[in-house]
Amino acid sequence: MEDFMFRGLMGGVGVALVTGPVGCFIVWRKMAYFGNSMSHTALLGVAVGFLFGVDLRLGILVSCIGMALALLALQSRKTLSTDTLLGILAHTALSVGIIAVSVLETLRVDLMGYLFGDILAVGVPDLWWIYLGGAAALGVLAWLWRGLLAVTVNEELASAEGIPTFAVKLVFMLLIAFIIAIAMKLIGILLITSMLIIPAAAARRFSSTPEQMAALAVLAGVVSVGVGLWASVEWNAPAGPCIVVAAAGLFLFSYAWEMFAGRA
Amino acid sequence: MNNARAPLISVANLNFRIGETTILQNIDLEISAGEILTLIGPNGAGKTTLVRMLLGLLSPDSGEIRRNGGLSVGYLPQAFEVDPSLPLTVRRLLCLTQKPSPEEMEAHLDEVGARNLLDHPVQSLSGGERQRVLLARALLRNPDLLVLDEPIQNVDINGQTELYRLIMKIRDDRGCGVLMISHDLHLVMAFTDLVVCLNKHVCCSGHPEAVSKHPAYLALFGKQAAESLAVYKHRHDHVHGPEGEILPIEPEEAGHPQGGD
Repeated sequence: MEDFMFRGLMGGVGVALVTGPVGCFIVWRKMAYFGNSMSHTALLGVAVGFLFGVDLRLGILVSCIGMALALLALQSRKTLSTDTLLGILAHTALSVGIIAVSVLETLRVDLMGYLFGDILAVGVPDLWWIYLGGAAALGVLAWLWRGLLAVTVNEELASAEGIPTFAVKLVFMLLIAFIIAIAMKLIGILLITSMLIIPAAAARRFSSTPEQMAALAVLAGVVSVGVGLWASVEWNAPAGPCIVVAAAGLFLFSYAWEMFAGRA
Repeated sequence: MNNARAPLISVANLNFRIGETTILQNIDLEISAGEILTLIGPNGAGKTTLVRMLLGLLSPDSGEIRRNGGLSVGYLPQAFEVDPSLPLTVRRLLCLTQKPSPEEMEAHLDEVGARNLLDHPVQSLSGGERQRVLLARALLRNPDLLVLDEPIQNVDINGQTELYRLIMKIRDDRGCGVLMISHDLHLVMAFTDLVVCLNKHVCCSGHPEAVSKHPAYLALFGKQAAESLAVYKHRHDHVHGPEGEILPIEPEEAGHPQGGD
């Protein structure tokens, strides 16, 4: 195997390890659109990173946290629904990001690279980021798991039984921002949400506990990365989209399985 | 409980507003051990808000809520639904915020007549089964007080009576207090010790026997009760203004049974 292939595979597997369990919560909590909005905001973060000459991951993290806080502030007014607010915030952030990136032309930003990722250009420092950052994210999720699951099942009940629901939800939002920041370079901001929701959705049919679904989502993610990278090299197609299509294939398989099992 | 005679929770002169809108006004309430108290009232009467305050999830603007020391509360939320994307068995639901042993789980499911449901997905349960499982879950906390928000919602007619009977049995066996919220007037009268009519303030309260024998009550509810699940009308010695303020009405229209407090 070529070195760049190996690094790409390692990076993709690292991302799948984290997006599997976190993605399950995004599916259970119906936050797919929130994840999408966060990732759109990441382009603004790229521009912010360039503008202030800091690590792009830091720029993304700060922008995404800003977006989450703006959403919380707007939500408290209760005049517009959350999906409308997210639509406003996400597309504004994306547009400002695109404008900023094109105005900063001298920096020669590879826009396509940020939108769709470049998993085969992953370097060793990126791998460190993914594995150390991913381990930290999984640690936080493990610590949060019990409370977040209780809040996901029923917020009123969790709250009545002493779970600090607001803090739990806030930490989870920050966790999503962090994961987008560390995974952006691999699959790009337009496709990152797919790694969060598609493997989790594919795992649902075969799970009877939340923990099982999280583990199977990791497996589905890892298989998607492997198949997608192979297809990408085989047909000389962009790697990020190939991974997403492979994940969608797994989802279709689980869906067909469900139809078949339902008939039997 | 420190003192069996003292009420489990008592509320005095509680007020709550959101912006300019009065949600709750001058609420006094007491719940004692071994007593079933039912809050009835129309939508928007502040029933759920009041319960959230009793649970400590919301603070009143003014007034006092006094809980008996070490009070343990078991709570059943309104309209409990688990998203179909979340694989969750009854066993896992019972372990969500506690760590009961399998024997404890079996025993408590047995107590509510839901013995065989331990490994069923929560989404496959009927409305009645779901409420029983949630009751078992609440009982695992060994509560002094059960708080049930619309417990018979989404339960079929036969199941409703059974569920109320079960709640009475739990009260009899355990001697805990029970606070219920209900839309239903007909059924609830047979299964409660005290009724409190809430419409932003306590309109009337008393023993259901006394209230239900009153000619005015029969004229108001007797024939309608069966179909009055959602629509709750009653007459008072007052009417409510647009902001929930209390206004007097013409004397000949008055004539509501005033419960004994």
